[in-house]
Amino acid sequence: MSRPWWAVLGEKLLEGVIRLSGVSAIIFVLSIFFFIFREAAPVLASEGFKLSQFLFSTEWYPTSAVNVRYGTLALTVGTASVTVLAMILAVPMGLGAAVYISEFCGPRVRETLKVVIELLSAIPSVVWGFIGLTVMSELITRYTGAPVGVNVLNGGIILALMSVPIIVSIGEDALKAVPDSYREAGLALGATRWQLVYRVLIPAARNGLLAAVLLGVGRAVGETMAVLMATGHAVHIPSGILDSVRTLTANIAAELGEAPAGSDHYRVLFLTGVLLFSITFVVNLSADLVIRGIRKK
Amino acid sequence: MKRLQSLPRLRPTLGVVAVAAALVACGPSGGGGGEEEAGATIIQNKGSDTMVNVAQVWAEKYRAVAPDVEVEVSGGGSGVGLAALIRGAVDVANASRDMKPQEMEAAEKNTGKTPKEFTVGYDALAVYVHKDNPLNEIDLPTLAEIYVEGGTVTRWSQIGVTIPGVSDDTIVRVSRQSSSGTYEFFRDHVLQKRDFALGSRDLNGSKEVVELVSSTPTAIGYSGMGYATEHVKMLRLASEAGGESFEPSVENTNNRTYPLARSLHLYTLGEPEGALKAYIEWILSPAGQKVVEDSGYVPLATSESEPAPEPETEPTED
Repeated sequence: MSRPWWAVLGEKLLEGVIRLSGVSAIIFVLSIFFFIFREAAPVLASEGFKLSQFLFSTEWYPTSAVNVRYGTLALTVGTASVTVLAMILAVPMGLGAAVYISEFCGPRVRETLKVVIELLSAIPSVVWGFIGLTVMSELITRYTGAPVGVNVLNGGIILALMSVPIIVSIGEDALKAVPDSYREAGLALGATRWQLVYRVLIPAARNGLLAAVLLGVGRAVGETMAVLMATGHAVHIPSGILDSVRTLTANIAAELGEAPAGSDHYRVLFLTGVLLFSITFVVNLSADLVIRGIRKK
Repeated sequence: MKRLQSLPRLRPTLGVVAVAAALVACGPSGGGGGEEEAGATIIQNKGSDTMVNVAQVWAEKYRAVAPDVEVEVSGGGSGVGLAALIRGAVDVANASRDMKPQEMEAAEKNTGKTPKEFTVGYDALAVYVHKDNPLNEIDLPTLAEIYVEGGTVTRWSQIGVTIPGVSDDTIVRVSRQSSSGTYEFFRDHVLQKRDFALGSRDLNGSKEVVELVSSTPTAIGYSGMGYATEHVKMLRLASEAGGESFEPSVENTNNRTYPLARSLHLYTLGEPEGALKAYIEWILSPAGQKVVEDSGYVPLATSESEPAPEPETEPTED
């Protein structure tokens, strides 16, 4: 007994649509990369632009009347410093919260905590920037004696608060995915709850936990509005965490509006976008290789 | 090794890459043209952050004069407004600096029209310090040494100033972002076109500069005179070391004794027509100039402003 022709056709059509949707994600990412590269590429050939200066010089003077220089090293250091500080704060907090929600708390507390953490992730980034600019900068000047409250510390704290919900929800999913048989085996061998967590569950869930941390890093690197308002927007290599910086993302946001379309300044800003893309790609790739390395052991 | 078996997947992968490249190649490139609204009832106005408050009050008051004309005001900085004018995306751009020759050329090349400049008022660019800072006046060469790239003055003690209650007296320089007309005016007139030193806090708007200076005892910043609050102090400026210093005031701006007096401009593409022309004439009339004065800026001298023709016929005195 064979099926009617329209059922067969309908199923093939549906399969095609689903396949297209899956592939479209890859197509969109590649299209975005080609687009920014196409906008940026002509400046690589232009005279007066040196790639080594772009990558390794700290002097960013795109609108200078006498000496135009495009050096993004200070901006890259700015992005890196704020992201690293944010991760130092967010990863222990986030993973700790994920472990607590998954292993140690009762069901009522779990539901409340999950809702509250989702709420934290729903706060728009410009509101976080505003909190950094007003509340956090006051607290920082009062308790650390910094001359200006908008600095690396401020940006790092705000980014950590923005990344924690991502790390918690994905980390908690990763921990839940570890089969109960692991826990039962551990308990049968006489492990305490903490030993269970750090000797059995975390190693078993490490791929998912690493993915959670990576997504948090991705959010921190790509964040624009909050760091634009909270870091002080100063182009230099910071002398400490109480000094202001400028990130690559905030730089693009602040300057793209005034750069005439097609000018060198405009193209260099797109090249900065390519740089950001590459940084994220390298971070993800190296983490992927680390995971494969762990898997082989 | 397992990896080699995935090589037959190469063809579909290449296919996906090719589709992505094709999508980008046939997509639109660069910025599209904006709406040309001269003669219609919506006027797009963009540009200087120094002038954004004045522009918004003008737009509101003009609603009462001509209810069918709506003026949409946005800021972003003089550079952003002029870039939008060059693209043809706005009808009139506000600028707290002069339009550069290369910007004029780009506008002509892009839209075929020559930008026309209207001076709508004057402003004094004030140098602000915290109200507890004992300094009262400064001369332009010293100010340049503080802000310029390679400048030698980095601490308040180098110019003989002791800020009460702070341990580290490094000067916290507060500046604007490079899209700002205020930034360019300061660079041209104080730094003599040399570059700013890196490491200044480059803020988005005129008001933010005053706010940061008011909360930081060791800060120095520059912004329009209309943004002063009681938590900051405006310094008297002397053009030369040891010369006479003048405070930023309406009188000193009008007689040009204050060294950093500047003109506020509106730029349109070509001669304005219709509703836009009426709006600009209203701004230049005593009614529009009163708004300039109430906002803390300096209006045009009465010989330079003419009364705008009223929509209903009414005899006007010149």
